[in-house]
Amino acid sequence: MAAARKPSRPSRTSSRPAASATRTKAKPAPRAGRSAAKAAGPRKAGPAKAGTSAKSPKPAKAAQARKAAKAPAMKRPAARPAAPRASRTAALPVLRIEVALKPDQIDPAGREAHAELLAAGLTGVTDVRVVRVYFLEGALAAADGKRAAVEVLADPVMDRFVVGRTLEGAPAGTARAVTVTRKAGVTDPEAESAATILRSLGLAVGRVKAARTFWVVGAPAAKAGAPDPLLEAARDALGNEVIEDVMVGTLPDWRFPAPTPAPVVRRDVPIRDLSPEDLGELSKALHLSLSLAAMAAVREHFRGLGREPSDLELETVAQTWSEHCKHKTLAGAVEHEDEHGKRSFKNLLKETVFEATRRLDKAWCLSVFRDNAGVIAFDDDDAVCMKVETHNHPSAIEPYGGAGTGIGGVIRDILGTGLGARPVASTDVFCFGPPDMAPERVPEGCLHPRRLMKGVVAGVRDYGNRMGIPTVNGAILFDPRYVGNPVVFCGCVGLLPRDRVEKAARPGDLIVAFGGRTGRDGIHGATFSSVELTSKSETVSSGAVQIGDAITEKKVLDVLLAARDRGLFTAITDCGAGGFSSAVGEMAAETGADVDLAAAPLKYEGLRYDEIWISEAQERMVAAVPRKAWPAFRALCEAEDVEAVVLGTFTDTKRLVVRHGKTVVGDLSMEFLHDGLPRIVRKSTFKRGGGPEHDGPDRADQTSTLLALLGTPDIGSKEWVIRQYDHEVQAGAVVRPLTGVKDGPSDAAVVAPKLGSVKGVVISNGIHPFVGDVDPYAMAWLAVDEALRNAVATGASLERLAILDNFTWGRCDVPERLGAIVRAAEGCRDAALHFGTPFVSGKDSLNNEFRTAAGDVIVVPNTLLISALGVIDDVRRTVTTDFKRAGDLVWVVGETFDECAGSRWYRMLGLLGRQVPVVRASARRTLAALEGAIAMGLVRAAHDLSDGGLAVAAAEMAFAGDLGLDLDLGKVPGPVRRSDRLLFSESATRFLVEVAPEHAEAFERRMAAAGAVAAVVGRVTEAPRLTIRGVTGERDVVAAPLDALKDAWTHALPFGREEAR
Amino acid sequence: MSPATKPRAPRRAKPATLRVLVMRAAGTNCDRESGFAFEQAGASAVTLHVNEVLRRPAVLADVHGVVIPGGFSHGDDLGAGTVFGTKIRARLADAVRRLVDRGGIVLGICNGFQVLVKTGLVPGFDHKLDRTVTLAQNLSNRYEDRWVTLEATTDRSVFLRPGERYRVPVAHAEGRLLPLDERTRKRLHADGQVALRYVGPDGGHPAPYPFNPNGAVDDIAGITDPTGRILGLMPHPERHQFPWQSPDFHRDGAKETPDGLRMFQHAVEHLRRVF
Repeated sequence: MAAARKPSRPSRTSSRPAASATRTKAKPAPRAGRSAAKAAGPRKAGPAKAGTSAKSPKPAKAAQARKAAKAPAMKRPAARPAAPRASRTAALPVLRIEVALKPDQIDPAGREAHAELLAAGLTGVTDVRVVRVYFLEGALAAADGKRAAVEVLADPVMDRFVVGRTLEGAPAGTARAVTVTRKAGVTDPEAESAATILRSLGLAVGRVKAARTFWVVGAPAAKAGAPDPLLEAARDALGNEVIEDVMVGTLPDWRFPAPTPAPVVRRDVPIRDLSPEDLGELSKALHLSLSLAAMAAVREHFRGLGREPSDLELETVAQTWSEHCKHKTLAGAVEHEDEHGKRSFKNLLKETVFEATRRLDKAWCLSVFRDNAGVIAFDDDDAVCMKVETHNHPSAIEPYGGAGTGIGGVIRDILGTGLGARPVASTDVFCFGPPDMAPERVPEGCLHPRRLMKGVVAGVRDYGNRMGIPTVNGAILFDPRYVGNPVVFCGCVGLLPRDRVEKAARPGDLIVAFGGRTGRDGIHGATFSSVELTSKSETVSSGAVQIGDAITEKKVLDVLLAARDRGLFTAITDCGAGGFSSAVGEMAAETGADVDLAAAPLKYEGLRYDEIWISEAQERMVAAVPRKAWPAFRALCEAEDVEAVVLGTFTDTKRLVVRHGKTVVGDLSMEFLHDGLPRIVRKSTFKRGGGPEHDGPDRADQTSTLLALLGTPDIGSKEWVIRQYDHEVQAGAVVRPLTGVKDGPSDAAVVAPKLGSVKGVVISNGIHPFVGDVDPYAMAWLAVDEALRNAVATGASLERLAILDNFTWGRCDVPERLGAIVRAAEGCRDAALHFGTPFVSGKDSLNNEFRTAAGDVIVVPNTLLISALGVIDDVRRTVTTDFKRAGDLVWVVGETFDECAGSRWYRMLGLLGRQVPVVRASARRTLAALEGAIAMGLVRAAHDLSDGGLAVAAAEMAFAGDLGLDLDLGKVPGPVRRSDRLLFSESATRFLVEVAPEHAEAFERRMAAAGAVAAVVGRVTEAPRLTIRGVTGERDVVAAPLDALKDAWTHALPFGREEAR
Repeated sequence: MSPATKPRAPRRAKPATLRVLVMRAAGTNCDRESGFAFEQAGASAVTLHVNEVLRRPAVLADVHGVVIPGGFSHGDDLGAGTVFGTKIRARLADAVRRLVDRGGIVLGICNGFQVLVKTGLVPGFDHKLDRTVTLAQNLSNRYEDRWVTLEATTDRSVFLRPGERYRVPVAHAEGRLLPLDERTRKRLHADGQVALRYVGPDGGHPAPYPFNPNGAVDDIAGITDPTGRILGLMPHPERHQFPWQSPDFHRDGAKETPDGLRMFQHAVEHLRRVF
């Protein structure tokens, strides 16, 4: 994440001597629920006195316990004495509390579980009731448990609870129980919150364990010798065994595991004498994901040093050289050959995507391709930045955690841009297998697309909403090739002061880690993302999945921005892929660093030093804090319960020295680490694809085709998703994902990020993988065109738009597939130059493949996402897609050609086609013409023609505005004279535009003056119908009431069909 | 947000400065816009972390109002508003009560309403902190963001004018107002503590889903304490404080006074009369 295509930062030299690692004197605040839990309450109560002191605490002792227990939350934790280790070994008693809704209360979570169990094939179930189970560690009496329940765990209005035993969620004998709980070591924020707040009430609570028991009424009994149907369904519907244990019955009384400290012994890995074969084995065994050439380079380096590397050194090199961090392929050398001849690139990205930006040389591009995110000017005071990331492999295995940490990661990218930006909007684009895929067609080892999508949406929802960042734009695509390897793009936009764009750590600055604690989460995430998924990934790679805790990240955001405004740090970055290894390795690339891993706060004991170093535990940032600013920085963090520690010092040695206490466990030269990767030249070839075109008759009635298209998941409403995202928070929403009196789709999102100011940002996207099946060069043009036309149709100015690229491909050691990247990259360059819109940031994710148990490889379509970010001077001038007034004229702007290859219509017909949409030389003129007309206030509504073509756009504008439309295909500009092509072709750079009759003349003049092709094709009507006359003018090829169109569109996704009551 | 990133006030309050404390916690995320709405209405907003308020409860004696903004305080762990509410109930309830007794105001929006309910400050029958209503999981069992229409149904609240309607958004997963029992429900109505109700398409009740977005009993969207100076509501008035925030803006043009802003203006008018 952090390493997205950033060259090294400007070098700074200093005459100051290298300082050795510095540690805080006082141990940092043990955070609630983790080691604090182990230490604070119970230690004070004391296991020996548990029985008496708990039952009738003497006032003095109770007060003492209360005081101690409050410490983590309310007091300066640094003042607390260190815990005597011995006291941790004795097991403490555990109190069980169970809470459920009163029997007469509706149980929405139970209802949902019921529906999910039915969907998973369980029969006979009539009701499900949920019981929340808590185990509190500590010497607690029943009265304490009652107090915990009454004050915190149970709601007095709707809940009931029991202490010390199991609560039967349903009348005895009617139900079977299933319990779901987090696996040991997996973050559980709710349990941690419980521990914190109970301690703040003075209860001597240590660790807390939470679980949920589902009481399934009418569940079939288990039969001997056969799998238990309830367990089978529950594993599918109620839990995810990557992070959770799912068991039949209730949970036995919990025993908290005793902590096991890890000894610190440096481990060297003999490598100098290994044969090439052995090197390959070693790379696999240690999950290094390094090529043979890279392994050989490492071997040579250490031969030169005359010593063996430590495991940590090998890991560090592997993380730094991973595809994820280094972009070996796209930033590498390529010899390419295709129908246009031979080309050779020294650095593919630099000579295509970056090249366009360099040649366009826009003054408002403040920081491009060198920081976490691309930065452009917003107004005189502020800049706006954007980054889009993928989080595919983790989402495939654990969609909720994977997607949540995907959005969490890209938010941290924004937080780590410049000296910190404030996130103001998020976007999400997902590609899944078809949601209605027959279960038997889903390969073994894959989650069903429906389940996957639900999990991904929930993950984004829970993380984004909790962060208070509006999710305002997105897209969802479906194709069977995404079934084993879904694609999850998460984007984030931030605002930062223009004088906070530059950063550089200086020798002598402290390396400060703050935010979440380090656990075993996501070990090997960077290298994991660089290999293909297999049917076994679900079990083998689950350690690579991270679990997010949005509130920890929100606290980080709050203190980070406050510290930024007070100038308390000189550089900052996020801990993404590769954890501390990447974050420190990059920040110190030009200086050097000396790190002590023993200073890192841990979620639990027992982590090895290399695990601490490469852990991808979430919600952590690293800042370079000048020594004299450290007390203020620390105080700020303490005031908001954010943990911050000094991990070490930036040096001027150009070396990365890593210690654990007194033991040096790694010492690498920055030069080798960042420039030691051997460069190889890859070969690529390319041949255009394609298939037969539609050659059937031009049918007289296309109403059913239109209804069917509106009902496909690709085109249909994403309302079920959109409404789960808070798109209004921060009070900046101006154009939302859904628009009009009856909720049609918007083209782009507009947000006014500064309260009281009408200055805004516009965000849109373009994505056409199915065109890419024929021609990736055309796909790139089309994706750029789509992103830009979406933005312009909403009121953006072409002059103030920047774009971002995200390449998501399969393995690129196949020359044909690498060739497709080359063509797409060339398309990106040419399109950017044509429109005059620079690329400002990008990211690539390769190896998006799934290997089935049978050994077949499913490769994702070559998927290029283009995101557009623009600045709008006055958001009041923006335009939405819904028709606004009967009697208005409707224009088509742009020409329609016979270009149906890759279109939604062809996909429905099962055709690929050959004629893909081509962006023509008139495209820029066309966009400029519409931009001008909108700026002049001549446009009442505008919608770009994209998925499903003219017919779908017309239907959407009509039902969104609850107004009818009479349209005549004979008047649509372009050479096509077949109604079906005119309705469904997906030619580029076209719009439907509503213009008031009084502005018709001015609009026409404006189009002509700008050199855009446009024609009046119809009129908005009061009658709630869409009527489209065929090209020959004899009859209507489409005639449908709006309700039917809206209905088809609304129910395209198999979710949320159930009414809320 | 930190004081340094606090929004600039568009205009200054006069004659005396009316101060409204924006009290945030870990996970609060509507603090900036909530403070800004009070500033637009003519008060001045001071944002403090609850840790700071717990350290110096005296700050409550120095302000004229408190707003607990929306968000996910403590991640909604253990139920929305539970952790934040428990802190206030245990340590700040008296100070808040004194503020209200002086004529000051308290506003809880969305998560802030959930917090107020957990503290017992609303409905606050007989000025006690008994928790007699709650905000349960939406019937749809999911978070939903949508615009709704509200009607003010009390003459008690200093934030509202009876009969006035407001177009504002909701965005929550736990907003289904649920009284403890039938007696509580009746008393809420009888004592004029039902402050805001969701309105159906024809203006009547019961409002069907999604007009009543969460299944709240009697379409109740907000309730007031007996004094009328504490208001808790699920919808977000601060998200309709500028004309261009309205989803009707592109169709119907700008409203002179955005609906949500009116609630803040009414409240500041009250403070002007008192202080």
